[in-house]
Parts: sequence; C-alpha cells; structure tokens
Amino acid sequence: MSKILNIKNVGKSFTLHTQGSLEIPVFKGIDFSIKAGECIALTGASGAGKSTFMRMIYANYICSQGSIEIRHKGDWLNLVAATPHEVIDVRCHTLGYVSQFLRVIPRVATLEIVAEPLIATGVAKDIAIEKAKSLLARLRIPEHLWTLSPLTFSGGEQQRVNIARSFIVDYPIMLLDEPTASLDQANRHTVFDFIEEAKKKGTAVIGIFHDQEARDTLCTGTFDVTQYQV
Amino acid sequence: MIANKDVLLNVDNLTMMYGERVGCENISFDLWPGEVLGIVGESGSGKSTLLQCISGQSKPTSGTITYDTRIDGKQDLFNDMSESERRFLMRTDWAFVHQNPRDGLRMGVSAGANIGERLMSVGARHYGNIRNTAEEWLGKVEIMAERLDDLPSTFSGGMQQRLQIARNLVTSPRLIFMDEPTGGLDVSVQAKLLDLLRGLVQDLGLSVVIVTHDLAVARLLSHRLMVMQQGQVVETGLTDQVLDDPQHPYTQLLVSSILQA
Repeated sequence: MSKILNIKNVGKSFTLHTQGSLEIPVFKGIDFSIKAGECIALTGASGAGKSTFMRMIYANYICSQGSIEIRHKGDWLNLVAATPHEVIDVRCHTLGYVSQFLRVIPRVATLEIVAEPLIATGVAKDIAIEKAKSLLARLRIPEHLWTLSPLTFSGGEQQRVNIARSFIVDYPIMLLDEPTASLDQANRHTVFDFIEEAKKKGTAVIGIFHDQEARDTLCTGTFDVTQYQV
Repeated sequence: MIANKDVLLNVDNLTMMYGERVGCENISFDLWPGEVLGIVGESGSGKSTLLQCISGQSKPTSGTITYDTRIDGKQDLFNDMSESERRFLMRTDWAFVHQNPRDGLRMGVSAGANIGERLMSVGARHYGNIRNTAEEWLGKVEIMAERLDDLPSTFSGGMQQRLQIARNLVTSPRLIFMDEPTGGLDVSVQAKLLDLLRGLVQDLGLSVVIVTHDLAVARLLSHRLMVMQQGQVVETGLTDQVLDDPQHPYTQLLVSSILQA
C-alpha cells in the first residue's frame, strides 16, 4: 500500500496576544506518515497534545512550521500552504474528522444532518438519505428520532450521529477523536466494525482511543506525540 | 457546496472614505459560487460600509468590484455598468437583506404585494401566477397563507424578517448580501432563519456575503470569515480556523469574549 499522508518537521506554538503576547510552544519537528488501510493510534498522556496534532492535520489549527502533504484527487497537496478553498475541497472529498462535539444548526432533522456530507460530494439526495438511514439503524438510533434535531439527544446519541455523519462518506483518510468515548459496549463494537470496514476499503485511520480494546483490535501501529513536545 | 472556480464576485483594493474618515480600506477578496463568506467585527469596523459598496449602493472612493453577470460575463460594477443596469442587477440576480426588515419591505402594501412586486419587476404579469408564487414563498418562510393580504406592519419582527427574505429570494438571485439578518430576532426565530438559509444555499447553490457580530451564526453558516477592525481586514481564513486558532490580537479578543450559553 502507498503513503497517503506525509508530515514533515511540523511544529506548533500559540501566541496569546490577550496575555501580553505570551508564547506557548507545543510541538516541534513532528515526522509522521500513514499508508492506505493502516490505523494508527495517537498516544500520550492527557494534555500531551493528541487532539492538537489531529486539529493540525485537519487544518483547523495553523502549523507554525513544516509541511503536511496529503494525497488529494490523485495529486499531493501541502495543507499547511493550501488556500481555504483547497482545504474545503480536501475536507469534502478526502479528509474526514469525527470530533468530540456535534455542532449543527438547531431544528434540522438528524437524517438530513447525517446525509449532508455525502450530498456535498455530489451524490443524489435520495441515495444519501438511504445510506444515512442504514448507518443510523446500525448505530441503534431509534427510527422515530430521525426526524428530530440531534441537539435534543443524549451525549451518546449525539456522538453516534457524529460518527454516522462522517462514515457516510468513504474518505481516504479519517481522523477520529475518541469516537467511542461515551458509547455502550454494543455501539462501541459497531463503531469498531465501521472502522474495520473503512480500513478494508483502503481508508487510513488516525485515532485517539482511550480504551485498550480499541487499540488492540483496530490499530496497526501507535504514534506517541510526547516525544515532539517542546 | 462550492461549485467551481469561476469567481462570482471579485473585490480588488476597495477603499471607501467619508471625507477624512476611513470607512473601509484596501479590501480584496473573491467570492465563489455556492460560497458563504462571513464578515465579523465590532460596530464601526466598516462591515456595513463594505457591504454597501460591494452591493452597488455606494460608489467606493477607489478600487474595483467585478461581478460575473449572466449575460455579459464579468463586469466592473461602477465602470462598465450604468446606474440602470446596476438597479436591474439588484432586483434580479442580487438580493439585499437588511438588518431592519422595515428597510427592505414596503410597509404600505400587503405581504403578497411585497413578494409580487419583485416578480413584476422581472416581467411577471399574470396575477394568478404571481399570487400563487407569493403564497408558495410565504410557506417556505413559514408564514401562514391566510396572512397574504395583510400589511407587514401587522406582522411581528421575526415574521417581517422572514417576509423580507421571501421578497428577496423570489426572483432566484445568485448572490445575497445580508446585514445582521438575525440581529433583533429571538432565538427560536433565529434558528428557523438559519435553517432556511442553510437549505437555500445547499439546494440552490446561492452565494452569500453575511455581516454579523454573532460568531455562532458565522460558524454555522459561513465557509470563510473576514475579521474587520477600524476599516481594515485584520484576519481572513477558513471559518473554523479563524475561530479556533485566531492569529490576530483583535480576533483573539473577539473569540475569547464569547459568553458560553
């Protein structure tokens, strides 16, 4: 299998202008790469910067140095230097992200929220809705809730909506920030199945998993971010 | 989402002076089809001045605004187009949603007439068709059809705002300018409006320039953000990047000042 993400010498520091331009260095010199079909767990103690590194890959945080080369539509693109429009396109087609929070417009039906990323890639609405239904059913969200806004749901249900919304598109690269944190045993295993199926299709998965079982059953490797702390 | 790389609206080095005072200065950006651009900043930062200029209502002191018209292709708003051509554009291809619905509605005629007027300005003449379309649009903005013949002055503020949106969208514009569209609305109506706008952007591929001081609204609706302070754009980028990893001191202050609901 070939590399689809190649990170070289990446660093990050925050400058807090509201606190006398306080400089907080976080990382320097991160080298990382992943191939199609691999699943790598980011490790390190709480506060070590796992989520920060993940957000840097998603271009949510700006890197202070280095390059993040991603395979997008057959070409290599450096996300650190990419324009906003390029990043939007990468996120639409290539790079998925399951965050720990669900941020959606109030009143929009769960089914539409789950289908939306697939529609954005150009798939017809009725096909996207059908796929959304099957994902929600597999994640045990009761059918009578599908027309309601997920903002009324429990934390675990919102987390599953978030997962369905990301797994509806077959992204070549997926970033998962504690995807199973607030889930019960049965749903955790369903999410494991999703991840296994994605890997078989060639998706490269980068995850933060707090449960040992997830790391043992899913991951082909680990990456300790602690070594790059400043 | 964003359709293609043909820029719909290009703003190049735009400056607007009010005598010695700077309204906004050296502003440049591109807007793509299907893209929502948010403009945030404190009052007096030049957001509304910028919106007035790029929507053709005020001629900037210097700089150009180029719009990709349906028929003649790319046109410089103030150099290639006449006043009447700009006015035609404003009531057909463009829409402007004012913060105060009273500025965007004709208060002396019925709700139906408010919608019908824009239709007639692009050539609709059949009374029955106009009435049906008006009724259909009232439904889309969740106003009961039985209010069709009532005056907007009998509507609540939230209903007036939705009526203003219906009036603006009935001619299927490609570009909408919005000045604090959710400003004075209570939160339930605000959610309705956000849902409506999101649907229209997604289904019709509209482009939107939205001025707001509500960062939560900006996050949910816009793809990109421009942050303004004292007439200048101090930061610009992907919406979530600007809000989650702000670089400029003013943006950091803005983001860190949000109250958690």
